[in-house]
Amino acid sequence: MNGSSAHPVPLDQLPEERWASVVDVVVPINNRDRGLVLRLVELGFVPGERVCVVAVGRPGREPLAVRVGHTTFALRRHEASFIRVILQP
Amino acid sequence: MAVATFALPARIALLGNPNCGKTALFNLLTGSRQKVANYAGVTVERKEGTLHTAEGRRVSVLDLPGAYSLNALSHDEAMTRDVITGQSSEVLPDLLVCVTDATNLRLHLRMVLEARQLGLPMVVVLNKMDRARKFGIAIDEEGLSNALGVPVLSTVSVHAHGADALRAFLDRPVEATTPVPWSAPKLEQVLATQQEAQRIYQETVTVPVVDKDPSDRIDRVLMHPFWGFVVLALVLFTTFVAVFTLGGRLTDFIETGTGALGGLLMDHMAEGPLRGLLVEGVIGGVGSVLAFLPQILILFLFILALEASGYLPRAAFLLDRPMSKAGLSGRSFIPLLSSFACAIPGIMATRTIVNWRDRLTTILIAPLMACSARIPVYTLLIAALFPDEPVSGALVMVGLYTLGIVAAMAVAWVIKRSSGDRSRSPLLMELPAYQWPDLRSLVIGLYERAMIFIRRVGTVILALTIVMWALCTIPSPRSTTEGTPIARSLAGEVGHALQHVFAPIGFNAEISIALVPGMAAREVVVSSLGTVYAINGDPGDVENRLRERIASEWSLATKLSLLLWLVFAPQCLSTFVAVKRETGSWRTMWIMGGYLFGLAYLASLITYQLTTAITAL
Repeated sequence: MNGSSAHPVPLDQLPEERWASVVDVVVPINNRDRGLVLRLVELGFVPGERVCVVAVGRPGREPLAVRVGHTTFALRRHEASFIRVILQP
Repeated sequence: MAVATFALPARIALLGNPNCGKTALFNLLTGSRQKVANYAGVTVERKEGTLHTAEGRRVSVLDLPGAYSLNALSHDEAMTRDVITGQSSEVLPDLLVCVTDATNLRLHLRMVLEARQLGLPMVVVLNKMDRARKFGIAIDEEGLSNALGVPVLSTVSVHAHGADALRAFLDRPVEATTPVPWSAPKLEQVLATQQEAQRIYQETVTVPVVDKDPSDRIDRVLMHPFWGFVVLALVLFTTFVAVFTLGGRLTDFIETGTGALGGLLMDHMAEGPLRGLLVEGVIGGVGSVLAFLPQILILFLFILALEASGYLPRAAFLLDRPMSKAGLSGRSFIPLLSSFACAIPGIMATRTIVNWRDRLTTILIAPLMACSARIPVYTLLIAALFPDEPVSGALVMVGLYTLGIVAAMAVAWVIKRSSGDRSRSPLLMELPAYQWPDLRSLVIGLYERAMIFIRRVGTVILALTIVMWALCTIPSPRSTTEGTPIARSLAGEVGHALQHVFAPIGFNAEISIALVPGMAAREVVVSSLGTVYAINGDPGDVENRLRERIASEWSLATKLSLLLWLVFAPQCLSTFVAVKRETGSWRTMWIMGGYLFGLAYLASLITYQLTTAITAL
């Protein structure tokens, strides 16, 4: 993946310290995940918003600390995978 | 057509996201005029207080649990939703005060828009306005008020006069409205609300363009996969060193005071049962427990300050991965850390864990964290084991703490395994911007925790020490005239009976007797041993003479066995009560008691039998 890539990627695959913007939100099939994704949207993971992975847990990049707006949230990769982002040039 | 009616608000409710400074504002508004209880039927904290408006009118303030949304994910959020949508037994507030963080309006505006739909009289408060100005954030309050259609005020909850605008506002009549029923929004509606929030935000808020917040720079170190852990280890080390050194010194001070009080009574009261009860039972027993209040408070001061600064959620983030090996998540970190002071506030702090299985596991293992009540017994036994070796003593102490943690992780792992649930609970935890803790909130938080402890001392522990003293003093009707007074007492008989249970793990009659009240509150083990060995005098002296007796009379195997017993044994009635209250289940309470007793007996049995076998070689 390079900086000019125009393909949306799931947020959990975004490299650290790189700004991206949210493209869309995938609606999960199961109910529990749907509640979680709704909450992510309420917390500001909405199309157009800039996000950045500021820290990751080791090993396995779990959990992720994601900055959105002026807030940082700790998310699991599972939750983050429903947010699709595109790298900013 | 109905005529609009206006009235001065008599009851207001504070609504807001977690971390918006709502509690600091509540503390500023109400000061010490607060009442903390639970909502009817649920273990969600209900905080209510009284404030004085600019004109001196009294208004009741309800501090609702922090919520990101009315679309609740946790019990706290559900309670907040039920109160302001009229679905609870609470009366609807006359005015909803929607508190937002002025430095993070983008996040908090959505909640304002959501709350506005309820149709309640409402005012929006821009809190932390001082910080917003410092960061160069400009908010067009009039424009915001016009866009939202509700009044907007600004406050600074860390300044004494920071809420004056709100106090003045409460002297203005508000128009009575008809509440609109609430229904859970769909994704499309949430997205639409967010778009509106985004639009209003862009029109009314100007933020200087910075690529990195100050918090991000701090996080580069504090959340670094290596340096983050180094800092965390240093923070925890400093905390516990402060508890033991500074706390220990304050403890000595209190012990000297209670000793002097006991001495005074000895000199001025006629000899008799009443003097014995007051000096040995009440002052000796309760005093020796109160002496550990400084250590509890120092630990809580660190925890509260670290939490308010924004560091503890980061520590929870760092520890999420290691704790997942035991089937827990980072969210269990703060409750477990609190349990080192006292398991009860620790168990109460598990309310922030959304996932029920995680919460239950955390409650079940919280008593394995070495609470401050264990310190006096540990200290006594270690001093008897290693009389003149402070370094070995300190190492054993660290070992006992570590043993508790390792056992807790093992138990959590077993619970996870046996439940067969391999799914990972969501984390979704805010890592708020770093800030200096608000002194007023620290003091109030410390006071609340001190009161939990003092109430316990005044009830359970006071009762136990009196009963213990009576049992040791009153002769058993079946006793012969032989032996020491204690052996002839009711307690002596109980101890004799318990010998059958405790002999295999090396406990003599005296220990068995002392463990009976110790089962209800481990704080009294030391003073009970003092009573059983009939050592009178001031508390400091009791400890010294007790140490000498233990060092000379107990075998090495017995001392080690008792140490191990103390790590695991379920010796706290108040913890049982808290577990029953928080889980609503007697079964959970008995499971906890049973597994802790089993672990304690097993550990002591192995230790005693092994040590006896080795020393016999």
